[in-house]
Amino acid sequence: MATLSFSVNGEVRALKLDTRTTLLDALREHLHLTGTKKGCDHGQCGACTVIVGGQRINSCLTLAVMHEGESVTTIEGLGTPEHMHPMQAAFVRHDGFQCGYCTPGQICSAVAVLDEIKAGIPSHVTGDLNAAPHLTNTELRERMSGNICRCGAYSNIAEAITEVAGRPA
Amino acid sequence: MKSFTYEKVNSAEAAASAAASNSNAKFIAGGTNLLDLMKLEIETPSHLIDVNGLGFDKIEPAPDGGLRIGALVRNTTLAADARIRRDYGLLSRALLAGASGQLRNKATTAGNLLQRTRCPYFYDTNQPCNKRSPGSGCAAIGGVTRQHAVIGASDACIATHPSDMAIAMRALDATVQTVRPDGSTRDIPIADLHRLPGDTPHIETTLTSGELITSVTLPKPVGGTHIYRKVRDRASYAFALVSVGAIVQRDGTGRVAVGGVAHKPWRVEAAEAEMPRGAKAVAARLLEGARPTKENAFKLSLVERTLGAVLTEAKG
Ligand SMILES: Cc1cc2nc3c(=O)[nH]c(=O)nc-3n(C[C@H](O)[C@H](O)[C@H](O)COP(=O)(O)OP(=O)(O)OC[C@H]3O[C@@H](n4cnc5c(N)ncnc54)[C@H](O)[C@@H]3O)c2cc1C
Ligand code: SF4
Ligand code: FES
Ligand code: FES
Repeated sequence: MATLSFSVNGEVRALKLDTRTTLLDALREHLHLTGTKKGCDHGQCGACTVIVGGQRINSCLTLAVMHEGESVTTIEGLGTPEHMHPMQAAFVRHDGFQCGYCTPGQICSAVAVLDEIKAGIPSHVTGDLNAAPHLTNTELRERMSGNICRCGAYSNIAEAITEVAGRPA
Repeated sequence: MKSFTYEKVNSAEAAASAAASNSNAKFIAGGTNLLDLMKLEIETPSHLIDVNGLGFDKIEPAPDGGLRIGALVRNTTLAADARIRRDYGLLSRALLAGASGQLRNKATTAGNLLQRTRCPYFYDTNQPCNKRSPGSGCAAIGGVTRQHAVIGASDACIATHPSDMAIAMRALDATVQTVRPDGSTRDIPIADLHRLPGDTPHIETTLTSGELITSVTLPKPVGGTHIYRKVRDRASYAFALVSVGAIVQRDGTGRVAVGGVAHKPWRVEAAEAEMPRGAKAVAARLLEGARPTKENAFKLSLVERTLGAVLTEAKG
């Protein structure tokens, strides 16, 4: 067993955990924040994506105890049904989902992707490594490739993200 | 997952000596490979040493004009660093071709080099595998081998090394700095870090027990056009079938390292002398002595054609 204190969606939380507990299981099973989903549990689908210290990661491939003192944002922290985050609202407007299982991960990832482009982080499809990357559809799709949607809602997801980024799809 | 104790260390010496006092301990950095394997009980450390607090997270100028990359620098940070993008584009490109945005945010320079094979039989604990369970046999030999090695393999193991980043590091002649439990440090040329499988495929590197990677150093920039071309079953978020990392100079000379074909990044310096004569000549030397299976013989022509495309692209 180990103890852990970290901030989740702006609130300090203290837990006593088996060292084996992943961040994903700590969020879902211990803090009952079940918005974050477990798809593959092996880094292959992106359903568990959360934002830690401003960066998106797969919460299934990290131990909760490794996040002492850090700050985690889950889908519940981005917005609520009454006060949706612009990305959440755009997913609703564009039907960026069918079953919704991948959606919390898609939205957390999408929010971080826009920050990554703003920060000038290049991607596999960026033409000139030494120039600022542009938010094109190809860039978006490459950057979102870590989030699999078995319902295949990709086109609508891309439209939702593009709208939030302030550019036509 | 088997239970384990967990400790966070704050100096390299403390990390190495913690590892020395428990032969079943493992370092954990990003955790993206180790935890995956621990969930499947392919890795079963009884103690985890979290090295994330060591502060090896900087990219600094090295004395000879190169760059020293801390072992804990994340793959995203490394790929996005302005100096890497400008002078070592091959490294940025290889990193960005690997995994996903989420994984690259966690994955570290050392962890990436030390990631284990993606051989499906290694992952399937119901199958014999000399790498996972020495002496049990190799289920891949005689099995489905489309992804496996075509050169440098043995009768004990035909697995490949899956890292994209390591291909760039090999072409760039990086060196790996380590500290051992007794406090001694050493420099390992990247060519000598990974081993061929031989009779002991479970021993994958030349690191000794408890040896900690502290940094990876790139020599001063060599110029040229940097290209990393990865061929895979889907356009993103998939491991390479084959990949070619090349640095091509204006006069047609250069360097080539290849991924997806062997148990380590594959580079044959003698083959590079053939570069001005084209891909066919280079590939012939590079893959001399290859022993593919029926299912993966396509990798030989795929390497040649991919290299051909790279050399054409380099001409602009
Ligand atoms: C779905 C998926 C897709 C992927 N696709 C790709 C891909 O296309 N291309 C690619 O190249 N990779 C890919 N990867 C692999 C990924 O790049 C690796 O998991 C990652 O780089 C490992 O780094 P880490 O810091 O998380 O390592 P960890 O998991 O923390 O550690 C890996 C190993 O290194 C050891 N270690 C870590 N740091 C040190 C140190 N400082 N000194 C000594 N030993 C150390 C650990 O003990 C462990 O044995 C993929 C992974 C997943 C899950
Ligand atoms: S190829 Fe190597 S890793 Fe794969 S089953 Fe055989 S011994 Fe194991
Ligand atoms: S549940 Fe974490 S990536 Fe699939
Ligand atoms: S909406 Fe069903 S998996 Fe994406």
